[in-house]
Amino acid sequence: MGEAVIVGVAQEPLVRGVFANPASPLQAQARVAKAALAQAGLTLADVDGICTANMWGLPGAGMLPTITLSEYLGITPTLHDGSNLGGAAFEAHVAHAAMAIELGQADVVLIVYGSAQRSERSRNLGGRPANLTFQYETPWGLPTPVGGYALAAMRHMHEFGTKREDLAEVAVAARKWAALNPNAMQRGSLSIEDVLSAPPVCDPLGTLDCCLVTDGAGAVVMTRASHARSMNVRPVYVRGYGQAATHWTIAAAPDLARLVPAEIAGKRAMAMAGIGHNSIDLVQLYDSFTITVLMTLEALGFCRPGEGGEFVRNGTLAPGGAFPINTSGGGLSCCHPGMLGIFLLIEAVQQLRGEVEPERQVANVSTVLVHGTGGTLSSGATCILSVN
Amino acid sequence: MTTNDLKPVPTIDPDSAPYWQALQEGRLILKSCSDCGKSHFYPRELCPHCHSDQLSWIDASGAGEVYSYTVCRRPAGPAFAEEVPYVVAIIELDEGPRMMSRILCEPELVSIGQRVTVRFEHQSDELTLPMFGLIN
Repeated sequence: MGEAVIVGVAQEPLVRGVFANPASPLQAQARVAKAALAQAGLTLADVDGICTANMWGLPGAGMLPTITLSEYLGITPTLHDGSNLGGAAFEAHVAHAAMAIELGQADVVLIVYGSAQRSERSRNLGGRPANLTFQYETPWGLPTPVGGYALAAMRHMHEFGTKREDLAEVAVAARKWAALNPNAMQRGSLSIEDVLSAPPVCDPLGTLDCCLVTDGAGAVVMTRASHARSMNVRPVYVRGYGQAATHWTIAAAPDLARLVPAEIAGKRAMAMAGIGHNSIDLVQLYDSFTITVLMTLEALGFCRPGEGGEFVRNGTLAPGGAFPINTSGGGLSCCHPGMLGIFLLIEAVQQLRGEVEPERQVANVSTVLVHGTGGTLSSGATCILSVN
Repeated sequence: MTTNDLKPVPTIDPDSAPYWQALQEGRLILKSCSDCGKSHFYPRELCPHCHSDQLSWIDASGAGEVYSYTVCRRPAGPAFAEEVPYVVAIIELDEGPRMMSRILCEPELVSIGQRVTVRFEHQSDELTLPMFGLIN
């Protein structure tokens, strides 16, 4: 028995949203896996657990992604976790890896993700086969996933009086963080007015309410605290976690103005960690769209239901604001390679270790809440990470 | 080939066949649970509210209200390109369940809470889609 800790994180460098060194999704994942392990003095030979969720190789080699990755990396893990909660998967993988490590069922777990979607120009707004549950949605021509988020934003505005300007605040704050991050894709100045006047996609969301489409690869390495003591690295403890999912077809969402999966996951993670909101120094949360951030802040209890718009006004989330989030620039301005969850974890760990550029480093960070959202406001997974 | 030929058509299966067949006959049907009394959409084998298998089909009134909507300014692929802007909505039927559909009207006329009624839109010999129109 022993506590689970994160001992390595790495991500592949991007230039204008594409891999600086061209790579297939497997190549990119191999690079970040090796780099993250090396931080703890580990190699792929030490890995006995592998976790991933993917969008590459479908249909084809990506259908069994942990197996294809193991084959490509030349490893034979005895723990495989391909749990796919969409972009929130990696926060769930941290939880599953922690359970396995604490049960003695794994010693070194590699959580990894990679996508070359921008290089491959593989994203589009349609294209979901109209089968099974999707036979009731695909025929209507709702652009995915943005249309589902637009339906939620419209309902949130209707119930609570949220304004498009409030949504724009989220995009502007993300851009201000990205401006401080040399690795971010979009670093130019951005105003509320720029966001409001951007080309509309699905009302009320325009192009600048939407996350980027980039390449990206990231890895997180976990082991037990007793093992980490022999490593030249500051371990990050996993103090709490939770997950939930309610729907994928957007008509089946229990409430389009509330993010129920985040309410459930956040509550479980906070209870497990035994801490309140005051003990959380920094939050990294999935910003697939501007509305996602407002709804997540409400669902996690950082403001009251419906008050997300008011909460984010006047630069609250930006550098120097009262409630900094997504200090990399997030999915809106830094990178969004199809699934963002692993990059939230990486940024959290780097902030906890004090490794980011001084302008982006938040002072006195010892506990970070990371929350991933997947699908179409479908799933949520929370991790509470701490150096204490 | 017209853009209509490119449109995604539902893959009809044993779970959904009665629903799609009823639409061909000009009826919108729902599964209803005799244990908890609730109906649901889309049709399932077990009631999603109480998990009973005591389900039967009922005819919906076809009336409901707009729970939420979006005006699609960009299409979900080339098949829908000629139709932008178009309104995709979540309709809350008077029987309770919510379903996705289109509202056939000028986009600026739609708002949340408006009353709507079903319109059976013939797409092909195999497919009728349940769209909605505003009730003035």
